[in-house]
Amino acid sequence: MKSYLALVKIRIQSLLQYRAAAIAGFGTQLFWGFIRIMIFQAFYLSANHAMPMSSQDAITYIWLGQAFLFFVPWNIDREMFLTIRTGNVAYELARPLDCYWYWFAKAFSFRTAPVLLRALPLFILTIPFFGMGIPPDIFCLLAFLLTLFTAVLLSSALTVLINISLFWTISGEGIYRLLPSFMMMLSGLIVPLPLMPEWIQIFIRILPFRGIIDSPFRLYMGHIPFAALPEVLLHQVIWIFLIILIGRFLLSRGIKRIIIQGG
Amino acid sequence: MSHIIVENLKKEFSIPKREKGFKGALKSIIMRKHENLKALDGISFSIKRGELVGYIGPNGAGKSTTVKILSGILLPSSGNCMVNGIIPWKERIRHVSRIGVVFGQKTQLWWDLPVIESFNLLKDIYRIEKAIYHQSFEELCTILEITHLLKTPVRLLSLGQRMRCELAASLLHRPDILFLDEPTIGLDAVSKLAVRKFIKDINTQRNVTVLLTTHNMDDIEAICNRIIVINKGKLFMDGTLGDLRNRITDDRRLIVDLADPNDRIKEDYVRIISRNGGRFVLEFKPSDISAADLIKNITTNHTIVDLFLESTPVEEIVAQLYKENER
Repeated sequence: MKSYLALVKIRIQSLLQYRAAAIAGFGTQLFWGFIRIMIFQAFYLSANHAMPMSSQDAITYIWLGQAFLFFVPWNIDREMFLTIRTGNVAYELARPLDCYWYWFAKAFSFRTAPVLLRALPLFILTIPFFGMGIPPDIFCLLAFLLTLFTAVLLSSALTVLINISLFWTISGEGIYRLLPSFMMMLSGLIVPLPLMPEWIQIFIRILPFRGIIDSPFRLYMGHIPFAALPEVLLHQVIWIFLIILIGRFLLSRGIKRIIIQGG
Repeated sequence: MSHIIVENLKKEFSIPKREKGFKGALKSIIMRKHENLKALDGISFSIKRGELVGYIGPNGAGKSTTVKILSGILLPSSGNCMVNGIIPWKERIRHVSRIGVVFGQKTQLWWDLPVIESFNLLKDIYRIEKAIYHQSFEELCTILEITHLLKTPVRLLSLGQRMRCELAASLLHRPDILFLDEPTIGLDAVSKLAVRKFIKDINTQRNVTVLLTTHNMDDIEAICNRIIVINKGKLFMDGTLGDLRNRITDDRRLIVDLADPNDRIKEDYVRIISRNGGRFVLEFKPSDISAADLIKNITTNHTIVDLFLESTPVEEIVAQLYKENER
């Protein structure tokens, strides 16, 4: 366990190197937040029946989405991609570690590092000035923090699954194009999931993607009552187990068939 | 007892085959043909504890494939091997904690972070005890002269500096086997010497078994007491450098500088390989004429400024060997 934690630490350190990128990224997220809020306000103003979510909640949802954007596995980890493409993966296999958890630790850092940099400043700026709400009570906050943690595990497991697919598609280009729209849509980054049409709701409830940001966010604002916390956790945990199982299976298959590139 | 045993090792890769041109590219999207490539075609050898073995062969001969199988990264198609009494791919984790690996063309250090961070991570990954780690660390940093580089981010190091750090990284956990895949590739002369000296020292002083692949024949000549030559996945030769010379050629070379650049050398049993002003490079077989006789003949017939005797350079021997193998 200590080995993997050390790995998480060094990877986060490595990812925090790029200050300029973080500042630029923060600016972009703020900007997109404003645009999306404006779009949703236009929708809410022209709505002629009751919405499944108040406009205040929608704004909070959007700001949370901007803060935790990188929890959603929509972007490819360039470094992992290069590791496989250039054959550096040879070194990872030459370590006395379980390859799956090695990758999981790296994915975990890749998902948390950008959020560490961006979430806090975004909260500080948007709560007093730009309409971001706070949790109605301490229980909502605790439920939010707890499910946020399981959410990162879920997202990391998905990230590893995506990285494993690189064993089969060396260029990664296809996945790179498909992934963002797919993940953003299903996780709730584009439209908050409660605002999605009725007929999709059943799929959304079953699929793992609501567990990444949608469920924690709605616990934050009390849109999902605190009492529903066990249900949310169960949904996340079942999927975490399933995706890890699938990932481990595919990785062992992938390792057997690899031709380490180059050299 | 043998430290590394390889028996009839085979590895086949299935490579997608693509026909030429645009049409070929389209065709391969719909119907992909695969071609079996035999990277290793029945290799056997064994290495004793403390040996320093050069593993050579032309590009694509299967050198790296062998190293990757021995280090538990690749699975062979068939055959057997035993390293330290372990079958590498059966118990990968136990196996790799007892070996060190350096791939000259790749890096195990964290690109954006100071070197020391990578070392600390390896300490945790290999679960090296604190006291042992400190001792290893101090030793390696001193011998490899990298103490002043530890706080520099890896991306700012020169290749020579980086390779010294890579070597240190591969030995922190005190493995008794070291696999080096082209450790001197792309290095300048000074760095090459440093790396070679280090490999030799670690082999003799710590009794680490070393398997080294290289294209650089000076590496072989300088440090290896045994060489294994493979080509097209097959074992071609296993022996000392002297064995290799005898097998291909035992020709000697005599290089003579004549005082008079217009002078000509005409001797029996001698081939003139090149001539540059007064300098002649002569080749002869010791069985036809002894070096002493030849030198005596030349010194009596010509005025000589300088002369020296050498064996055919390894590089040329190996080139010849590969060429013969092609036929």
